[in-house]
Amino acid sequence: MAENYVSTTNACKMCTPMGAALVFKGIENAVPFLHGSQGCATYMRRYIISHYREPVDIASSALGEKSAVYGGGPNLKKGILNVMRKYDVSLVGVATTCLTETIGDDVGRYLNEFREEFSDLSLPELVHVSTPSYSGTHMEGWHAAVRSLADQVVKEKGRAHDGVNLLPGFLSPADYRFLKALGERAGVRFTMLPDLSETMDGVIWDDYHSLPDGGTPVSEIRAMGGAAGTVEFGMSGGLFESAAGVLDRKFGVPARRTTMPIGLRATDAFMDVLAEFASCDMPAKDAFDRGRLLDAMVDGHKYIFGKRAVVYGEEDFVVALCSFLGEIGVQPVLVATGAKSDRFKAAVTNALAEVCQTMPVIRDDADFKDIEDEAAELNPDLLVGHSKGYKLARAKNIPLIRVGFPIHDRFGGQRILHVGYEGALALYDRLVNAVLEKSQDECPVGYGYL
Amino acid sequence: MSQTILDERKSQVHRIGEEPFAMACNRPSLAGAVSQRACVFCGSRVVLYPIADALHLVHGPIGCATYTWDIRGAISSGPQLHRLSFSTDLQEMDVIFGGEKKLEASLRELISLHSPKAAFVYSTCIVGLIGDDMEAVCRRVAADTGIPVLPVMSEGFKGNKREGYTAACKAMFRLVGTGDATGISPMSVNILGDFNLAGETWIVREYFRKMGVEVVANVTGDGRVDDIRRCHGAALNLVQCSGATMELAKMMQAEYGTPYQRVSYLGVEDMADSLYKVADFFADQDPTIKARTVELVRAELSDLMPKLAELRQDLEGKKVAMYVGGSFKAFSLIKAFRHLGMRVVVVGSQTGTEEDYKELAEISDPGTIIVDDANPLELAQFIKEKDVDVFVGGVKERPIAYKLGVGFCDHNHERKIALEGFVGMYNFAREIHASVMSPVWRFMPRRSPARAACAAKEAVNG
Repeated sequence: MAENYVSTTNACKMCTPMGAALVFKGIENAVPFLHGSQGCATYMRRYIISHYREPVDIASSALGEKSAVYGGGPNLKKGILNVMRKYDVSLVGVATTCLTETIGDDVGRYLNEFREEFSDLSLPELVHVSTPSYSGTHMEGWHAAVRSLADQVVKEKGRAHDGVNLLPGFLSPADYRFLKALGERAGVRFTMLPDLSETMDGVIWDDYHSLPDGGTPVSEIRAMGGAAGTVEFGMSGGLFESAAGVLDRKFGVPARRTTMPIGLRATDAFMDVLAEFASCDMPAKDAFDRGRLLDAMVDGHKYIFGKRAVVYGEEDFVVALCSFLGEIGVQPVLVATGAKSDRFKAAVTNALAEVCQTMPVIRDDADFKDIEDEAAELNPDLLVGHSKGYKLARAKNIPLIRVGFPIHDRFGGQRILHVGYEGALALYDRLVNAVLEKSQDECPVGYGYL
Repeated sequence: MSQTILDERKSQVHRIGEEPFAMACNRPSLAGAVSQRACVFCGSRVVLYPIADALHLVHGPIGCATYTWDIRGAISSGPQLHRLSFSTDLQEMDVIFGGEKKLEASLRELISLHSPKAAFVYSTCIVGLIGDDMEAVCRRVAADTGIPVLPVMSEGFKGNKREGYTAACKAMFRLVGTGDATGISPMSVNILGDFNLAGETWIVREYFRKMGVEVVANVTGDGRVDDIRRCHGAALNLVQCSGATMELAKMMQAEYGTPYQRVSYLGVEDMADSLYKVADFFADQDPTIKARTVELVRAELSDLMPKLAELRQDLEGKKVAMYVGGSFKAFSLIKAFRHLGMRVVVVGSQTGTEEDYKELAEISDPGTIIVDDANPLELAQFIKEKDVDVFVGGVKERPIAYKLGVGFCDHNHERKIALEGFVGMYNFAREIHASVMSPVWRFMPRRSPARAACAAKEAVNG
């Protein structure tokens, strides 16, 4: 058991407003707006850009000392007006920061005043979410923002339709693209919230766009109250009431919750949920992919059986990764998340119960110092997580299979596919090859056949 | 209703020759304008970050530490402590009841774990609001642990990056003069405002070694606490990146009478001039230093210039836009680009002063756009308006250039290639060449609209 430190060293989490900003980046023609000092927006932009390599405009109310004393209302309003002048914006997503939460700015009231003051203008949808950075991680901010969108933009049940709301959590643009295409194949019309598939992995431009194409259209969000159901991946950061819960309570949209579909069993479970809404059986492509995945799992099983993995990152993502690693015979020995979570241990245990004989060390509220300390005696063969684990991988001289966010030291992180049978197969190939590459590199004769 | 340059921003943009020079600057960033600037904390963090044997503890919620973990390309020849990210990771209860206890416990714990030579404690927005007495905590811990524990008053909202530089200089100044300065050569300098990105400070130090000049302290690239403590013993302060460290030089001049000179290690002339300035300064003490320096520069240039000439053949006439943090870099780069036959047509900075911009206007060609505290949409418009071939900036500017199919050179503090010194000038030229000469630009829709239109039509027709 590692020591319990007061300080945090090399955090395995980001701050709450970051998650909210990312969610708003996945809404069509939306501008995320951080109500706080200028640095928050700039730091997050830089952090996000280094992963996605896309323009990431995040506005800020750029509060100074005066605002900290007298309140940030005037700057917030002026800032929204300026965003409206510069961008053809359909939604402004205002997330608070530690600064404005601490001075007690009532953003909801400011926005109402703004709507009244400028009622002569055609106003974008104004959504606000409370994201004090001293409370939770970027994922709490993410789930709170999705919930705010469901709560504030969906104003009425509206016309009932056969579409399905999909709340996928934080995945890669490749994942969002995959999920959209899967919906099309299966004959299910998804409203996916958010949708970063194009906004954060777009095409080259012939002229500069003030905002990228893509994202969930605001009109579709408004219609979520009339959907046939809501499918939500993961545990929504333990929110008392998640976005799916809001839609259920207010508009009677039935909510289905399932693990992020990473690996065989989690994808099976998702496909089962999908089948409840779909008119047909599993699409042929997915049936083939499933077969190919099983075929590969047999072909490669011996290379990776019993390999000891350290897995870290966001709780929903890590739970799903564990489910996958367990079922292919990799033994997670340490599973960690930066979030404080009383659900995490049970969720990981549950994901591994059927397929692993021994349970890993499971840590919530962990930083990389904790992970390093815990891993010291565990002799891991692999790390699975985002790029901030590189330091540990290097110290241990073991491969790091890069997944999730952020990936700041490799190219193409936005195009890593994790979900579906296809995503599982891609991850499987990378895992096996990482093991083979290491044994080949370390082999004194360097065999050419493996 | 979209408008690229907001009315309130117009006075921060100047087009040379189209109007008499007048520029507003050093203003707070405009709300909602998506400034490329960061905050006070950022200014302090970037300046102090490279001090490799110090503990850098960020007192605040986690974000400020997460986003600055191992962020700079500032390398150390020894300790690597600066590359770890330490935070008090304040939680709701700390905000309500105050964070002093957690700060004190964190400091004691981290100092005992890592045995640093000093600790810098960075204040963030929240600390400024909840009123933690950082000074008192630091004093207590310093008394018990026997190392300097220095508060850096860098609350994010209390200005922009420049105020952060000031806070960093004030913190460092508390170290200066606390070390033993005996045995320092009368021909000695401190290197201020260089951050040893990709080992750049080492290149410059090697030149000084050849000239016979001792370097007492690097402030702060590959910096060490003990060097800074005794750097008041140096005969001269050399100040690059003036925004960041000029204040320290001024404080040292006032307190210790140490003179300073502004230098730049970027480009051909500025690099050579900087060495000559040092040689002139010490000429009385060592009459041969001038000759040694001339010889050094001659040897470097005879190696460099033919290589530059070769690259220039490809680069002649290409147009450049640049957006940098401080304007010192802009001056040097404008000159450096002239060696490559390239023209700078847009130049801007986050935190330039009116004098900086005036000087830039004087050395730039007519028609050049000068901009203070720009934002993505403005920069994109300038790139298009001037039809530039390559953009020089940092990570946040990169996608602006790339989305328009324009080349890019990272000249910010994350860079991993040394761009200073004569060898750096060659690396810089190769960087520019590698971007400008790539065959990919010819395929970009902006350059081949017919193809793009065709592709769009196909897409529509399915």
